[in-house]
Amino acid sequence: MLTSADLDTLLLTLKVAGISTSVMLLLGTPLAWWLARTRSAWKGVINAVVALPLVLPPTVLGFYLLVLMGPAGVIGKFTNWLGLGALPFTFAGLVVASALYSMPFVVQPLQAAFTTIGQQPLEAAATLRASPLDTFFSVVMPLAKPGFLTAIILGFSHTVGEFGVVLMVGGNIPDKTRVVSVQIYNHVEALEYNEAHWLAGCLLVFSFAVLLTLYTVLKTQPVAHQLK
Amino acid sequence: MSLNTFFRAFMALALLLYVQNGWAATVLVAVAANFSKPMTEIAEEFEKATGHSANLSFGSTGKFVSQLENGGPFEVLMSADEKGPRKLVEDGLAVPNSQFTYALGKLALWSATPGYVDDQGKILTTGGFKHLALADPKLAPYGTAAIEVLKKLELFKKLEPLFVQGENIAQTYQFVSTANAELGFVALSQVIDNGKIAKGSGWIVPSEDYAPIRQAAVLLKKGAENPAAPALLDFLKSAPALAIIKKYGYDLPK
Repeated sequence: MLTSADLDTLLLTLKVAGISTSVMLLLGTPLAWWLARTRSAWKGVINAVVALPLVLPPTVLGFYLLVLMGPAGVIGKFTNWLGLGALPFTFAGLVVASALYSMPFVVQPLQAAFTTIGQQPLEAAATLRASPLDTFFSVVMPLAKPGFLTAIILGFSHTVGEFGVVLMVGGNIPDKTRVVSVQIYNHVEALEYNEAHWLAGCLLVFSFAVLLTLYTVLKTQPVAHQLK
Repeated sequence: MSLNTFFRAFMALALLLYVQNGWAATVLVAVAANFSKPMTEIAEEFEKATGHSANLSFGSTGKFVSQLENGGPFEVLMSADEKGPRKLVEDGLAVPNSQFTYALGKLALWSATPGYVDDQGKILTTGGFKHLALADPKLAPYGTAAIEVLKKLELFKKLEPLFVQGENIAQTYQFVSTANAELGFVALSQVIDNGKIAKGSGWIVPSEDYAPIRQAAVLLKKGAENPAAPALLDFLKSAPALAIIKKYGYDLPK
Protein backbone atom coordinates (compact mmCIF):
# COMPACT_ATOMS: atom_id res chain seq x y z
CA MET A 1 0.00 0.00 0.00
CA LEU A 2 0.98 3.64 -0.22
CA THR A 3 2.57 4.87 2.98
CA SER A 4 1.92 8.36 4.30
CA ALA A 5 5.43 9.36 3.20
CA ASP A 6 4.52 8.18 -0.32
CA LEU A 7 1.32 10.22 -0.23
CA ASP A 8 3.32 13.27 0.83
CA THR A 9 5.57 12.89 -2.18
CA LEU A 10 2.52 12.59 -4.46
CA LEU A 11 0.98 15.77 -3.03
CA LEU A 12 4.27 17.63 -3.24
CA THR A 13 4.68 16.54 -6.85
CA LEU A 14 1.22 17.86 -7.75
CA LYS A 15 2.07 21.13 -6.01
CA VAL A 16 5.38 21.52 -7.86
CA ALA A 17 3.73 20.65 -11.17
CA GLY A 18 0.78 23.01 -10.57
CA ILE A 19 2.94 25.99 -9.68
CA SER A 20 5.51 25.31 -12.41
CA THR A 21 2.75 25.07 -15.00
CA SER A 22 1.36 28.45 -13.92
CA VAL A 23 4.81 29.99 -14.12
CA MET A 24 5.37 28.43 -17.55
CA LEU A 25 2.04 29.77 -18.84
CA LEU A 26 2.76 33.27 -17.56
CA LEU A 27 6.21 33.39 -19.14
CA GLY A 28 5.58 31.04 -22.06
CA THR A 29 2.50 32.76 -23.48
CA PRO A 30 4.17 36.09 -24.32
CA LEU A 31 7.26 34.24 -25.49
CA ALA A 32 5.24 31.95 -27.77
CA TRP A 33 3.30 34.95 -29.09
CA TRP A 34 6.52 36.78 -29.90
CA LEU A 35 7.98 33.68 -31.56
CA ALA A 36 4.83 33.20 -33.65
CA ARG A 37 4.79 36.83 -34.88
CA THR A 38 8.36 38.01 -35.07
CA ARG A 39 10.55 38.32 -38.14
CA SER A 40 13.56 39.03 -35.97
CA ALA A 41 16.85 37.36 -36.77
CA TRP A 42 16.88 36.17 -33.14
CA LYS A 43 13.87 33.93 -33.67
CA GLY A 44 15.97 30.91 -34.61
CA VAL A 45 18.27 31.37 -31.63
CA ILE A 46 15.41 31.75 -29.14
CA ASN A 47 13.58 28.77 -30.65
CA ALA A 48 16.70 26.68 -30.23
CA VAL A 49 17.20 27.80 -26.63
CA VAL A 50 13.58 27.02 -25.72
CA ALA A 51 13.83 23.56 -27.32
CA LEU A 52 17.18 22.78 -25.66
CA PRO A 53 15.72 20.86 -22.68
CA LEU A 54 14.08 18.46 -25.17
CA VAL A 55 17.43 17.13 -26.31
CA LEU A 56 19.67 17.91 -23.35
CA PRO A 57 20.10 15.09 -20.81
CA PRO A 58 18.31 16.21 -17.62
CA THR A 59 21.47 15.54 -15.67
CA VAL A 60 23.30 18.16 -17.75
CA LEU A 61 20.62 20.74 -17.03
CA GLY A 62 20.53 19.66 -13.37
CA PHE A 63 24.27 19.89 -13.00
CA TYR A 64 24.46 23.36 -14.56
CA LEU A 65 21.58 24.54 -12.40
CA LEU A 66 23.26 23.17 -9.28
CA VAL A 67 26.43 25.05 -10.13
CA LEU A 68 24.77 28.26 -11.39
CA MET A 69 22.13 28.50 -8.65
CA GLY A 70 24.65 27.62 -5.92
CA PRO A 71 26.15 30.34 -3.71
CA ALA A 72 29.17 30.65 -6.00
CA GLY A 73 27.15 30.67 -9.24
CA VAL A 74 25.84 33.65 -11.20
CA ILE A 75 22.18 32.98 -10.42
CA GLY A 76 23.02 32.13 -6.81
CA LYS A 77 24.83 35.44 -6.33
CA PHE A 78 21.85 37.28 -7.82
CA THR A 79 19.26 35.51 -5.61
CA ASN A 80 21.51 36.10 -2.61
CA TRP A 81 21.64 39.77 -3.48
CA LEU A 82 17.84 39.79 -3.64
CA GLY A 83 17.84 38.29 -0.15
CA LEU A 84 16.35 34.96 -1.31
CA GLY A 85 19.41 32.83 -0.64
CA ALA A 86 20.60 30.06 -2.92
CA LEU A 87 17.88 28.08 -4.68
CA PRO A 88 19.06 24.45 -4.64
CA PHE A 89 17.39 22.26 -1.99
CA THR A 90 14.38 24.61 -1.82
CA PHE A 91 10.84 24.30 -3.13
CA ALA A 92 11.31 27.51 -5.14
CA GLY A 93 14.47 26.11 -6.68
CA LEU A 94 12.58 23.02 -7.72
CA VAL A 95 9.87 25.12 -9.37
CA VAL A 96 12.47 27.17 -11.27
CA ALA A 97 14.28 24.04 -12.45
CA SER A 98 11.04 22.30 -13.44
CA ALA A 99 9.76 25.33 -15.32
CA LEU A 100 12.98 25.57 -17.32
CA TYR A 101 12.95 21.87 -18.04
CA SER A 102 9.34 21.63 -19.19
CA MET A 103 9.21 25.00 -20.98
CA PRO A 104 9.30 23.58 -24.54
CA PHE A 105 6.22 21.51 -23.78
CA VAL A 106 4.30 24.72 -23.09
CA VAL A 107 5.84 27.12 -25.58
CA GLN A 108 5.78 24.88 -28.63
CA PRO A 109 2.04 23.99 -28.65
CA LEU A 110 1.20 27.64 -27.95
CA GLN A 111 3.48 28.87 -30.70
CA ALA A 112 1.92 26.39 -33.12
CA ALA A 113 -1.59 27.52 -32.12
CA PHE A 114 -0.73 31.22 -32.48
CA THR A 115 0.88 30.65 -35.88
CA THR A 116 -2.19 28.81 -37.15
CA ILE A 117 -4.51 31.70 -36.25
CA GLY A 118 -2.75 33.90 -38.77
CA GLN A 119 -3.10 37.60 -39.45
CA GLN A 120 -6.74 37.82 -40.59
CA PRO A 121 -8.69 37.55 -37.30
CA LEU A 122 -6.32 40.10 -35.78
CA GLU A 123 -6.88 42.56 -38.59
CA ALA A 124 -10.63 42.06 -38.36
CA ALA A 125 -10.49 42.80 -34.63
CA ALA A 126 -8.36 45.88 -35.28
CA THR A 127 -10.94 47.28 -37.76
CA LEU A 128 -13.51 46.91 -34.95
CA ARG A 129 -11.21 49.09 -32.83
CA ALA A 130 -10.29 46.37 -30.40
CA SER A 131 -7.12 47.16 -28.47
CA PRO A 132 -4.25 44.63 -28.87
CA LEU A 133 -4.83 43.36 -25.33
CA ASP A 134 -8.58 43.04 -25.93
CA THR A 135 -7.83 41.21 -29.19
CA PHE A 136 -5.59 38.80 -27.40
CA PHE A 137 -8.11 37.93 -24.70
CA SER A 138 -11.30 37.87 -26.80
CA VAL A 139 -9.99 36.62 -30.16
CA VAL A 140 -6.66 34.88 -29.82
CA MET A 141 -7.25 32.99 -26.60
CA PRO A 142 -10.54 31.35 -27.63
CA LEU A 143 -9.07 30.43 -31.02
CA ALA A 144 -5.94 29.04 -29.42
CA LYS A 145 -7.82 27.11 -26.75
CA PRO A 146 -6.70 23.63 -27.91
CA GLY A 147 -3.12 24.91 -27.89
CA PHE A 148 -3.50 26.16 -24.33
CA LEU A 149 -5.03 22.90 -23.14
CA THR A 150 -2.27 20.89 -24.77
CA ALA A 151 0.34 23.19 -23.24
CA ILE A 152 -1.15 22.89 -19.76
CA ILE A 153 -1.53 19.13 -19.87
CA LEU A 154 1.90 18.47 -21.36
CA GLY A 155 3.67 21.00 -19.13
CA PHE A 156 1.98 19.61 -16.03
CA SER A 157 2.49 15.94 -16.76
CA HIS A 158 6.06 16.41 -17.94
CA THR A 159 6.88 18.12 -14.63
CA VAL A 160 5.26 15.25 -12.72
CA GLY A 161 7.51 12.77 -14.50
CA GLU A 162 10.71 14.77 -14.20
CA PHE A 163 13.54 13.03 -12.40
CA GLY A 164 17.11 13.85 -13.36
CA VAL A 165 16.97 17.57 -12.70
CA VAL A 166 15.23 17.11 -9.34
CA LEU A 167 17.74 14.49 -8.30
CA MET A 168 20.57 16.92 -9.00
CA VAL A 169 19.19 20.06 -7.34
CA GLY A 170 16.64 18.68 -4.87
CA GLY A 171 18.55 17.08 -2.03
CA ASN A 172 15.66 14.69 -1.24
CA ILE A 173 14.11 16.75 1.57
CA PRO A 174 10.70 15.50 2.79
CA ASP A 175 7.84 17.91 1.98
CA LYS A 176 10.19 20.28 0.17
CA THR A 177 11.96 18.49 -2.66
CA ARG A 178 11.21 14.78 -2.30
CA VAL A 179 8.95 14.27 -5.30
CA VAL A 180 7.36 11.04 -6.41
CA SER A 181 9.89 10.10 -9.12
CA VAL A 182 12.76 10.36 -6.63
CA GLN A 183 10.78 8.38 -4.06
CA ILE A 184 10.23 5.57 -6.57
CA TYR A 185 13.94 5.53 -7.39
CA ASN A 186 14.81 5.33 -3.69
CA HIS A 187 12.33 2.52 -3.11
CA VAL A 188 13.90 0.54 -5.94
CA GLU A 189 17.42 1.18 -4.65
CA ALA A 190 16.40 0.10 -1.17
CA LEU A 191 14.90 -3.06 -2.74
CA GLU A 192 11.43 -2.05 -1.51
CA TYR A 193 9.84 -3.32 -4.69
CA ASN A 194 6.35 -3.50 -3.23
CA GLU A 195 6.28 0.21 -2.36
CA ALA A 196 7.92 1.04 -5.68
CA HIS A 197 5.19 -0.89 -7.53
CA TRP A 198 2.40 1.03 -5.84
CA LEU A 199 3.81 4.45 -6.59
CA ALA A 200 4.95 3.53 -10.08
CA GLY A 201 1.49 2.13 -10.77
CA CYS A 202 -0.08 5.44 -9.71
CA LEU A 203 2.16 7.33 -12.14
CA LEU A 204 1.45 4.90 -14.95
CA VAL A 205 -2.32 5.28 -14.53
CA PHE A 206 -1.95 9.05 -14.28
CA SER A 207 0.17 9.33 -17.41
CA PHE A 208 -2.14 7.10 -19.42
CA ALA A 209 -5.20 9.09 -18.28
CA VAL A 210 -3.50 12.33 -19.32
CA LEU A 211 -2.65 11.10 -22.79
CA LEU A 212 -6.07 9.50 -23.22
CA THR A 213 -7.69 12.84 -22.43
CA LEU A 214 -5.36 14.55 -24.83
CA TYR A 215 -6.13 12.25 -27.75
CA THR A 216 -9.81 11.47 -27.22
CA VAL A 217 -11.49 14.38 -25.47
CA LEU A 218 -9.34 17.09 -26.99
CA LYS A 219 -8.64 15.13 -30.19
CA THR A 220 -5.21 16.61 -30.61
CA GLN A 221 -2.45 15.31 -32.84
CA PRO A 222 0.17 13.01 -31.35
CA VAL A 223 2.73 14.92 -29.32
CA ALA A 224 5.63 14.23 -31.65
CA HIS A 225 3.68 15.86 -34.47
CA GLN A 226 2.80 18.86 -32.33
CA LEU A 227 6.38 19.53 -31.50
CA LYS A 228 7.51 19.76 -35.10
CA MET B 1 45.83 -28.14 -47.86
CA SER B 2 43.49 -31.02 -47.24
CA LEU B 3 40.31 -30.41 -45.39
CA ASN B 4 41.69 -32.33 -42.46
CA THR B 5 44.78 -30.14 -42.17
CA PHE B 6 42.58 -27.09 -42.46
CA PHE B 7 40.38 -28.38 -39.70
CA ARG B 8 43.39 -29.02 -37.49
CA ALA B 9 44.80 -25.60 -38.13
CA PHE B 10 41.45 -24.09 -37.33
CA MET B 11 41.21 -26.04 -34.08
CA ALA B 12 44.74 -25.01 -33.13
CA LEU B 13 43.87 -21.37 -33.76
CA ALA B 14 40.65 -21.67 -31.78
CA LEU B 15 42.56 -23.26 -28.93
CA LEU B 16 45.14 -20.53 -29.06
CA LEU B 17 42.46 -17.85 -28.98
CA TYR B 18 40.74 -19.67 -26.14
CA VAL B 19 43.93 -19.89 -24.12
CA GLN B 20 44.76 -16.29 -24.84
CA ASN B 21 41.29 -15.34 -23.83
CA GLY B 22 41.81 -17.22 -20.59
CA TRP B 23 45.10 -15.49 -20.16
CA ALA B 24 43.92 -11.91 -20.59
CA ALA B 25 40.27 -11.50 -19.79
CA THR B 26 38.15 -8.52 -18.87
CA VAL B 27 36.06 -8.44 -15.73
CA LEU B 28 33.03 -6.21 -15.31
CA VAL B 29 33.02 -4.71 -11.82
CA ALA B 30 30.32 -2.78 -10.00
CA VAL B 31 32.04 -0.42 -7.55
CA ALA B 32 30.45 1.52 -4.70
CA ALA B 33 30.77 5.26 -5.39
CA ASN B 34 32.99 5.95 -2.36
CA PHE B 35 35.61 3.54 -3.68
CA SER B 36 35.85 4.98 -7.19
CA LYS B 37 39.20 6.75 -6.77
CA PRO B 38 41.16 3.91 -5.14
CA MET B 39 39.56 1.33 -7.43
CA THR B 40 40.64 3.21 -10.54
CA GLU B 41 44.23 3.02 -9.29
CA ILE B 42 43.90 -0.60 -8.22
CA ALA B 43 42.52 -1.53 -11.65
CA GLU B 44 45.60 -0.04 -13.31
CA GLU B 45 47.92 -2.03 -11.06
CA PHE B 46 45.79 -5.12 -11.63
CA GLU B 47 46.22 -4.80 -15.38
CA LYS B 48 49.97 -4.35 -15.04
CA ALA B 49 50.33 -7.28 -12.67
CA THR B 50 48.05 -9.85 -14.29
CA GLY B 51 47.40 -8.78 -17.88
CA HIS B 52 43.68 -8.98 -17.19
CA SER B 53 41.67 -5.82 -17.33
CA ALA B 54 38.82 -4.51 -15.20
CA ASN B 55 35.88 -2.53 -16.52
CA LEU B 56 34.58 -0.36 -13.68
CA SER B 57 31.05 0.89 -13.12
CA PHE B 58 30.49 3.35 -10.27
CA GLY B 59 27.25 3.86 -8.40
CA SER B 60 25.35 3.15 -5.23
CA THR B 61 25.38 -0.35 -3.82
CA GLY B 62 21.59 -0.44 -3.66
CA LYS B 63 21.26 0.26 -7.37
CA PHE B 64 23.80 -2.41 -8.26
CA VAL B 65 22.09 -5.02 -6.09
CA SER B 66 18.78 -4.08 -7.67
CA GLN B 67 20.27 -4.40 -11.16
CA LEU B 68 21.90 -7.73 -10.34
CA GLU B 69 18.62 -9.08 -8.99
CA ASN B 70 17.21 -8.28 -12.40
CA GLY B 71 19.88 -9.83 -14.54
CA GLY B 72 22.60 -7.18 -14.36
CA PRO B 73 25.81 -8.18 -16.13
CA PHE B 74 28.37 -7.50 -13.38
CA GLU B 75 30.84 -10.23 -12.42
CA VAL B 76 32.20 -8.72 -9.22
CA LEU B 77 30.46 -6.40 -6.78
CA MET B 78 32.50 -4.15 -4.52
CA SER B 79 29.84 -3.06 -2.13
CA ALA B 80 29.82 -0.23 0.39
CA ASP B 81 28.41 -2.60 2.99
CA GLU B 82 28.08 -6.29 3.84
CA LYS B 83 24.33 -6.39 3.37
CA GLY B 84 24.34 -6.27 -0.43
CA PRO B 85 26.78 -9.16 -0.96
CA ARG B 86 25.01 -11.22 1.71
CA LYS B 87 21.67 -10.74 -0.01
CA LEU B 88 23.11 -11.72 -3.37
CA VAL B 89 24.53 -14.92 -1.86
CA GLU B 90 21.17 -15.68 -0.22
CA ASP B 91 19.37 -15.16 -3.51
CA GLY B 92 21.72 -17.55 -5.27
CA LEU B 93 23.27 -14.88 -7.49
CA ALA B 94 26.70 -14.79 -5.88
CA VAL B 95 29.18 -17.57 -5.21
CA PRO B 96 28.80 -18.71 -1.57
CA ASN B 97 31.78 -17.97 0.68
CA SER B 98 33.40 -15.71 -1.90
CA GLN B 99 32.50 -12.68 0.21
CA PHE B 100 35.19 -10.81 2.14
CA THR B 101 35.78 -7.34 3.57
CA TYR B 102 38.24 -5.38 1.44
CA ALA B 103 38.24 -2.08 3.33
CA LEU B 104 36.79 -0.29 6.34
CA GLY B 105 35.24 2.99 5.29
CA LYS B 106 36.00 6.22 7.13
CA LEU B 107 33.68 9.16 7.49
CA ALA B 108 34.68 12.82 7.24
CA LEU B 109 32.79 16.03 7.91
CA TRP B 110 33.89 18.26 5.09
CA SER B 111 33.42 21.75 3.66
CA ALA B 112 34.72 23.21 0.40
CA THR B 113 35.59 26.41 2.30
CA PRO B 114 39.05 26.39 3.91
CA GLY B 115 38.97 26.94 7.66
CA TYR B 116 35.22 26.30 7.92
CA VAL B 117 35.22 22.90 9.60
CA ASP B 118 37.53 22.68 12.65
CA ASP B 119 39.44 19.47 13.31
CA GLN B 120 37.20 18.58 16.24
CA GLY B 121 33.89 18.98 14.40
CA LYS B 122 32.77 21.64 16.90
CA ILE B 123 31.00 23.47 14.11
CA LEU B 124 28.17 20.93 14.38
CA THR B 125 27.40 22.32 17.84
CA THR B 126 28.05 26.00 17.11
CA GLY B 127 25.97 25.86 13.93
CA GLY B 128 25.57 28.85 11.60
CA PHE B 129 25.00 26.75 8.48
CA LYS B 130 21.81 26.25 6.52
CA HIS B 131 22.42 22.83 4.99
CA LEU B 132 24.12 19.70 6.18
CA ALA B 133 24.64 17.16 3.40
CA LEU B 134 24.72 13.43 3.97
CA ALA B 135 24.02 10.31 1.98
CA ASP B 136 20.50 8.89 2.28
CA PRO B 137 20.80 6.54 5.29
CA LYS B 138 18.28 4.23 3.68
CA LEU B 139 20.55 3.67 0.69
CA ALA B 140 24.12 4.29 1.77
CA PRO B 141 26.12 3.04 4.78
CA TYR B 142 27.95 6.37 4.95
CA GLY B 143 24.56 7.98 5.55
CA THR B 144 23.79 5.51 8.33
CA ALA B 145 27.17 6.24 9.91
CA ALA B 146 26.55 10.01 9.74
CA ILE B 147 23.23 9.59 11.55
CA GLU B 148 24.97 7.50 14.20
CA VAL B 149 27.56 10.22 14.78
CA LEU B 150 24.91 12.92 15.09
CA LYS B 151 22.91 10.81 17.53
CA LYS B 152 26.01 10.19 19.61
CA LEU B 153 26.67 13.94 19.73
CA GLU B 154 22.97 14.44 20.60
CA LEU B 155 22.58 16.77 17.63
CA PHE B 156 20.30 14.65 15.46
CA LYS B 157 17.00 16.34 16.42
CA LYS B 158 18.52 19.80 16.11
CA LEU B 159 20.19 19.27 12.76
CA GLU B 160 17.66 17.02 11.02
CA PRO B 161 15.76 19.97 9.48
CA LEU B 162 19.00 21.04 7.75
CA PHE B 163 19.61 17.68 6.05
CA VAL B 164 20.05 17.49 2.30
CA GLN B 165 20.44 13.92 1.17
CA GLY B 166 22.47 12.63 -1.73
CA GLU B 167 21.35 9.47 -3.44
CA ASN B 168 24.87 8.12 -2.99
CA ILE B 169 28.07 9.44 -1.48
CA ALA B 170 29.27 10.88 -4.81
CA GLN B 171 26.19 13.07 -5.05
CA THR B 172 26.61 14.11 -1.43
CA TYR B 173 30.16 15.19 -2.21
CA GLN B 174 28.84 17.14 -5.21
CA PHE B 175 26.39 19.08 -2.99
CA VAL B 176 29.24 20.13 -0.71
CA SER B 177 31.92 20.72 -3.34
CA THR B 178 29.62 23.13 -5.23
CA ALA B 179 29.11 24.94 -1.88
CA ASN B 180 25.35 24.46 -2.11
CA ALA B 181 25.62 22.77 1.26
CA GLU B 182 28.09 24.52 3.57
CA LEU B 183 29.28 21.19 4.90
CA GLY B 184 28.45 17.53 4.83
CA PHE B 185 29.40 13.99 5.79
CA VAL B 186 31.38 12.44 2.93
CA ALA B 187 33.70 9.48 2.58
CA LEU B 188 37.22 10.32 3.68
CA SER B 189 38.47 8.73 0.44
CA GLN B 190 36.79 11.51 -1.54
CA VAL B 191 38.68 14.36 0.10
CA ILE B 192 41.99 12.83 1.13
CA ASP B 193 45.31 13.15 -0.64
CA ASN B 194 48.56 11.86 0.81
CA GLY B 195 47.04 11.31 4.22
CA LYS B 196 45.66 14.84 4.55
CA ILE B 197 42.43 16.54 3.64
CA ALA B 198 43.38 17.92 0.26
CA LYS B 199 41.19 21.01 -0.09
CA GLY B 200 38.59 22.90 1.86
CA SER B 201 38.46 21.89 5.50
CA GLY B 202 37.37 18.82 7.36
CA TRP B 203 37.14 16.69 10.43
CA ILE B 204 38.02 13.02 10.26
CA VAL B 205 35.32 11.54 12.47
CA PRO B 206 36.84 9.19 15.09
CA SER B 207 36.12 5.56 14.19
CA GLU B 208 34.64 4.84 17.63
CA ASP B 209 31.77 7.24 16.94
CA TYR B 210 30.11 4.92 14.43
CA ALA B 211 29.85 1.22 13.68
CA PRO B 212 32.62 0.17 11.25
CA ILE B 213 31.66 0.59 7.61
CA ARG B 214 32.70 -2.87 6.46
CA GLN B 215 32.90 -2.79 2.69
CA ALA B 216 32.61 -6.26 1.23
CA ALA B 217 33.31 -7.65 -2.22
CA VAL B 218 31.68 -10.72 -3.68
CA LEU B 219 32.11 -12.91 -6.76
CA LEU B 220 28.91 -13.17 -8.75
CA LYS B 221 27.93 -16.39 -10.45
CA LYS B 222 28.12 -14.57 -13.79
CA GLY B 223 31.84 -14.12 -13.19
CA ALA B 224 32.60 -17.58 -11.83
CA GLU B 225 33.85 -18.85 -15.19
CA ASN B 226 35.83 -15.71 -15.98
CA PRO B 227 39.45 -16.11 -14.78
CA ALA B 228 39.81 -12.35 -14.37
CA ALA B 229 37.05 -12.18 -11.75
CA PRO B 230 38.63 -14.32 -8.99
CA ALA B 231 42.01 -12.86 -10.01
CA LEU B 232 40.71 -9.39 -9.21
CA LEU B 233 39.34 -10.49 -5.85
CA ASP B 234 42.72 -12.05 -5.02
CA PHE B 235 44.50 -8.93 -6.15
CA LEU B 236 42.44 -6.85 -3.71
CA LYS B 237 44.20 -8.69 -0.87
CA SER B 238 47.68 -8.14 -2.35
CA ALA B 239 50.20 -5.68 -0.93
CA PRO B 240 50.02 -3.14 -3.79
CA ALA B 241 46.21 -3.01 -3.54
CA LEU B 242 46.25 -2.71 0.24
CA ALA B 243 48.75 0.14 -0.03
CA ILE B 244 46.37 2.03 -2.35
CA ILE B 245 43.39 1.32 -0.08
CA LYS B 246 45.31 2.67 2.90
CA LYS B 247 46.50 5.71 0.97
CA TYR B 248 42.87 6.74 0.49
CA GLY B 249 42.23 6.77 4.21
CA TYR B 250 40.50 3.42 4.61
CA ASP B 251 41.38 1.13 7.48
CA LEU B 252 42.47 -2.33 6.45
CA PRO B 253 40.39 -5.32 7.43
CA LYS B 254 42.00 -7.46 10.09
